[in-house]
Amino acid sequence: MSNTDSTHHDDQVGHIVPIKFLVLICCILLFLTVVTVWVSRYDFTEINIAEMGILMALFVATVKATIVGLYFMHLRWDRPFIGFIFVSSILFVVLFIGMALTDSMAYQPSIIKGDTPKVTEAMDKLAH
Amino acid sequence: MTTLTTPNPTDNYLNHTTGIRSWLFTLDHKRIGVMYLICVLLAFLLAGVFAMMIRFQLLTPEGTFLTQDQYNQAFTVHGAIMVFLVIIPAVPAALGNFVLPIMLGAKDVAFPKLNLFSWYLWIFGLVFFLIALGAGGIDTGWTFYTPYSIDKASSMGGVIPALIGAFILGFSSIFTGMNFIVTIHRLRPKGMTWFKMPLFLWATYATAIIQVLATPVIGITLLLLIVERSVGIGIFDPAMGGDPVLYQHFFWFYSHPAVYIMILPAMGVVSELISVHSHRHIFGYKFIAYSSIAIAMFGFLVWGHHMFTSGQSPLMNIIFSLITFSVSIPSGVKIFNWLATLYKGSISLNTSMIYALSFIFIFSIGGLTGLHLATLATDIHLHDSYFVVAHFHYVMMGSSLIGFLGGIHHWWPKMTGKMYNENWGRISATLVFIGFNVTFFSQFMLGSKGMPRRYATYDAFPNADLFQVYHIWSTVGSTILALGFVICAVYLLHSVFKGKKAPANPWGGRSLEWQCTSPPPWDNFADQPEVGDCYDYSVLEWNEEEQGYVWKKDAVHPGE
Repeated sequence: MSNTDSTHHDDQVGHIVPIKFLVLICCILLFLTVVTVWVSRYDFTEINIAEMGILMALFVATVKATIVGLYFMHLRWDRPFIGFIFVSSILFVVLFIGMALTDSMAYQPSIIKGDTPKVTEAMDKLAH
Repeated sequence: MTTLTTPNPTDNYLNHTTGIRSWLFTLDHKRIGVMYLICVLLAFLLAGVFAMMIRFQLLTPEGTFLTQDQYNQAFTVHGAIMVFLVIIPAVPAALGNFVLPIMLGAKDVAFPKLNLFSWYLWIFGLVFFLIALGAGGIDTGWTFYTPYSIDKASSMGGVIPALIGAFILGFSSIFTGMNFIVTIHRLRPKGMTWFKMPLFLWATYATAIIQVLATPVIGITLLLLIVERSVGIGIFDPAMGGDPVLYQHFFWFYSHPAVYIMILPAMGVVSELISVHSHRHIFGYKFIAYSSIAIAMFGFLVWGHHMFTSGQSPLMNIIFSLITFSVSIPSGVKIFNWLATLYKGSISLNTSMIYALSFIFIFSIGGLTGLHLATLATDIHLHDSYFVVAHFHYVMMGSSLIGFLGGIHHWWPKMTGKMYNENWGRISATLVFIGFNVTFFSQFMLGSKGMPRRYATYDAFPNADLFQVYHIWSTVGSTILALGFVICAVYLLHSVFKGKKAPANPWGGRSLEWQCTSPPPWDNFADQPEVGDCYDYSVLEWNEEEQGYVWKKDAVHPGE
């Protein structure tokens, strides 16, 4: 890579996606939104898996995010290195949130309960 | 003389255009670097005054001249300014902006307007910190820990302006990092592959990755804190079911990598100084380059070691302790390679080299005492004591700022076109080294004897007399340190007006910045320079007439 290369790349306008294709992707995303709404109304307690609704919604959201990344953000046609950076940043967030929440859940039992005056006050008001 | 010249050799970036507007609206990376340098040094002076106030307050167990509230403000403002306004931008924004594009043989950074915008964001950040001082002050410590920072009844009124200031400074840092990543990727000259880059560029690149990845986290954390304090949303406030330890997770997820934002560029500077001033090819180039990236990566995985005594779970404590130990490996790799470079080198013991040697000594102590704190059992005793204060000053001040000073002296002739008085430089650097160690080694002793940090008075302790002895040593040391800085400021300013004209290459450097005139031309290089081995000094020789290094007559030039 060099100064000369960069001049060469400046002439390029990037990959152009046809409008029809983008509309199709948009329709798929809207359909998946409908699927999420439908999942939220389905009562999974009948099959004894209460968390299934959340898992399904998160799965659909992940599929939608992947489609947005691949087509709207052009990762499908870009260099694999850009995709690598994108996936790395997601892993980075997972690491951060994962470790912070793992710790938070681990020390919850050792927290002395009842030291939340504002919450207690609000709960009392609700009870009355 | 093989200096690459422009059609008009007297034209340089300092005299190409004139007037205050030509500086305030400049897109030239060199001028922006110089503006950063001036601002960072002024902020350093301000924070230094607060540091001296702290030291003189602690001369006597009852406190000398500050009230307890004033003392809390003094250490908060000292810490916040030093971290956010001085050490983080010092090497990357000031020296990096000036040197990086020239080292690449480029005319500027990839995004010059964004570069200028970063500087203005730094100014806005400073303004908000000053507003914080006027709006009642800040006394939370530079970490803004909850629940103290969200309790309006006890903490002072300047918390929100200070948080906004730190938030804005974060964006300044992100933009600089982005600029450097793109510049290094896209503007390297022909022949400069990744492993032919000067090590300063590797260090700056590793730093930029941390800036871009970690700084947004502190941005959102500070924003949440502002909302928590002003509206009360119950994320960090335990009175509303929030979790103050979660704040510490969020804060240190950025702020520990930020330590590497401070130290990595200084390590890059030291790699250049050691090699150039010992006139010897850098030893273990690839190991030093990879160790910069390794430190950047490990730096993201150790934030929990700040919370060993904060209620963090035992499982996380063990994980973070183990990973923290591993950071010492790439750090040790650097130290051994620098020492191996010095071995049998032709060492010029000039000011920059004294700073580089000081760095190795001080960073070794700072790094090794970090292992005491990474050990869970000893940290229980040493946490929140002066041992911690001494440790992070050895790393953040002793290492980062001494690397910065070494870099200033190394590139000063290039920046200003003037030589400073070398003898005064050596005296000043020696005073800084002695003053620093007297100031902070005594604080290791204080901490190990049980003196807690952030106490305005210590007369209630049974061993107050012993504490006072070490505090007196520390204050004497800080006075020597301040004297060293004052001498440094005087001879550097003197050199600007009365200094001898600097040659293109006064130290015998091989990287590209030493191939253009001092000060550099407006557009750095008229033609794109050819790149060779930037640590091969065998092609250079001293020229008495030039008072600098020039290419040997029979040396083969890159590209020939």
